[in-house]
Amino acid sequence: MVLELQKPRPVWQIMFSTHHTDVGLLYLITSLAFLFLGGTLALAIRAELFLPGAQIIGDAMTFNRIFTVHGTTLIFLFIIPFASSVGNYYVPIMVRYKDMAYPKLNAIAFWMIPPAGALIWLGFADFTWYATPPYSIISAPGPAADMWIFGLKILGISSVLGAINFIVTILKCKHPDMSIGQVPLLAWSFLSSSLIILVAIPTFAAALLMLLTDRLGVSGFFNPAMGGDPIAYAHLFWFTFHPEVYVLVIPAIGMMYEIIPRFSRKPIYSYNSGVFAFVLLSIVGFSSWAHHMYATGMSFTEKTVFMVGTLAAVPASAMHVFNFVATMWNGRIKFSTPMMWCVGGIALFFSAGAGGVANAAMPLDFTTHDTYWVVGHFHLFVMGTIAFGSIGMLYYMFPYVTGRMYNETMGKVHFAMSFIGTVLVFFTQHVLGLYGMPRRVFDYPPIPEWIAMNQIATVGAMIIGISMAIFLANIIYSSGKGKLANTEDPFGVGGKYYYPFEAKNPHHD
Amino acid sequence: MSGHSNWPEWIYIGVVVALMVWVGAEAWEAERLVEHVPADAETIIVTGQQWFWTFEHEDGTKEIGELHVEVGKAYKFEIISKDVNHSFNIHDYVVLMDAIPGRVNTVWFAPTDVGTHDIQCREYCGLIHYNMRGTLIVEAPSS
Repeated sequence: MVLELQKPRPVWQIMFSTHHTDVGLLYLITSLAFLFLGGTLALAIRAELFLPGAQIIGDAMTFNRIFTVHGTTLIFLFIIPFASSVGNYYVPIMVRYKDMAYPKLNAIAFWMIPPAGALIWLGFADFTWYATPPYSIISAPGPAADMWIFGLKILGISSVLGAINFIVTILKCKHPDMSIGQVPLLAWSFLSSSLIILVAIPTFAAALLMLLTDRLGVSGFFNPAMGGDPIAYAHLFWFTFHPEVYVLVIPAIGMMYEIIPRFSRKPIYSYNSGVFAFVLLSIVGFSSWAHHMYATGMSFTEKTVFMVGTLAAVPASAMHVFNFVATMWNGRIKFSTPMMWCVGGIALFFSAGAGGVANAAMPLDFTTHDTYWVVGHFHLFVMGTIAFGSIGMLYYMFPYVTGRMYNETMGKVHFAMSFIGTVLVFFTQHVLGLYGMPRRVFDYPPIPEWIAMNQIATVGAMIIGISMAIFLANIIYSSGKGKLANTEDPFGVGGKYYYPFEAKNPHHD
Repeated sequence: MSGHSNWPEWIYIGVVVALMVWVGAEAWEAERLVEHVPADAETIIVTGQQWFWTFEHEDGTKEIGELHVEVGKAYKFEIISKDVNHSFNIHDYVVLMDAIPGRVNTVWFAPTDVGTHDIQCREYCGLIHYNMRGTLIVEAPSS
């Protein structure tokens, strides 16, 4: 168990440790630091859009840099490292192994993240998280753009190394008495998402190199002036990043599978359907990438194929929602903070999915594509589903990581404010999109509906901002001065947990 | 595994699949109709560049930032770009098509009422993307 605050040990010992709970702690702290950094940028964006005209950000270039770094940070430096943290704490224990399969590789995968984060933040590129060519080749100012490319390259390698480690740990290092059908769903989620990473990431890794050589002027893969085609980049990018959406969401669903049965005091409704839905989602996730590209001039047939591929993913996601609701049905539910985050996350997951069906339907996509609808839609996933599941998991892990309880009231206030804020920001952005406001704009004309919707969204964002300040205060204070937790059953729901403190950390005696 | 019958889940999944089939079929039918360009549509060449739109009518007239069309006629836009990606958008008429350098994309529409509508760029194209706007002016037929 990582009780550094109770039995202090030198920071360097944690930093150079390869033990999975230490690496998990490093991932945890890094990802939370980037959550707050990236969230601050979100507040700046919302403050700027409160009214037409320049508000707090002086110029469009700064604004463009801010939303680019905001997206890159929260996806690659918060969501993914946070999932790795949970995986590091739980996967070895769930498969009953002493550590990750390759402990040094594990530490190396973590230590690639801080330099990548530094490259992205010190560069502060402006070409959106999609690095849109040919803009990114002929117009985007360097060295920011080049630093972003190198940063993403490093993060891609880190993801692949982490994925290899999870796959080998789960498949090869699980206890010999344990069949693959007994591996808990949280570990299954890491197996599925890691397999997706191995298949998906290399495509984008290649695209990044091509983008770099294009910028250097020695090639013209995506540069029409040199005979290239920007649409090729779109295919390479989305072949990686549509499946990547499932890489982000599947571990969060896995975390909910860990939390919801415990607080419902019932076993999961159907383990088999959970596994089936993970595997199905990992496969059909690869059949939908070009639904991001309907408006690039694709033929009717191509659009139809990708619409069908996209709609095929809906039943798999729906199975998870059913499984959660059926597990809670007739359960003696205890609404502690982690459970509240998960239930809120399911509600928002359902809303996000419903909006996604509208995007997938070809004619409707031409109304919503590249408007604020899309911003609202994917934020319901990344904030409403993934961050909600992750924050629920953080509260759930908190007593095991620190040995102390967080403040329950502050945790519930954090949830209530974040939930209200998320609905205010992202449901409103759907409507704003239907009014036609494009995304990625520094300023907008004074159309009354646009102003009203933007103001509601900004108020919602500020509510989330305040709730996150409460969260930060809660975890900092409670980890040092909180009530000592009953680590056998910190939430008083009975039953047996997975205990990260049973991991044999050689640095503890 | 859990030892109980799983029929409620199968019914639920059946309903979801049926809904998706219905959405897909409706979308397929609607898109098929929308993409059928009328034979008598007039061609307008739309050029996107950082950060304004130019329009060239069939008779050679050119306009910058403003586009004049007539009620009751069908128009086919041939959309090109001179520099980076843009996206030509008349939101009120659900006209949306990317302007991509090296490609010609087409989309058509037929204005139904006299009036003005906003034209905007919906794909990030750099510094002044937010203000790459224009006006569509729909006029009564001249003859």
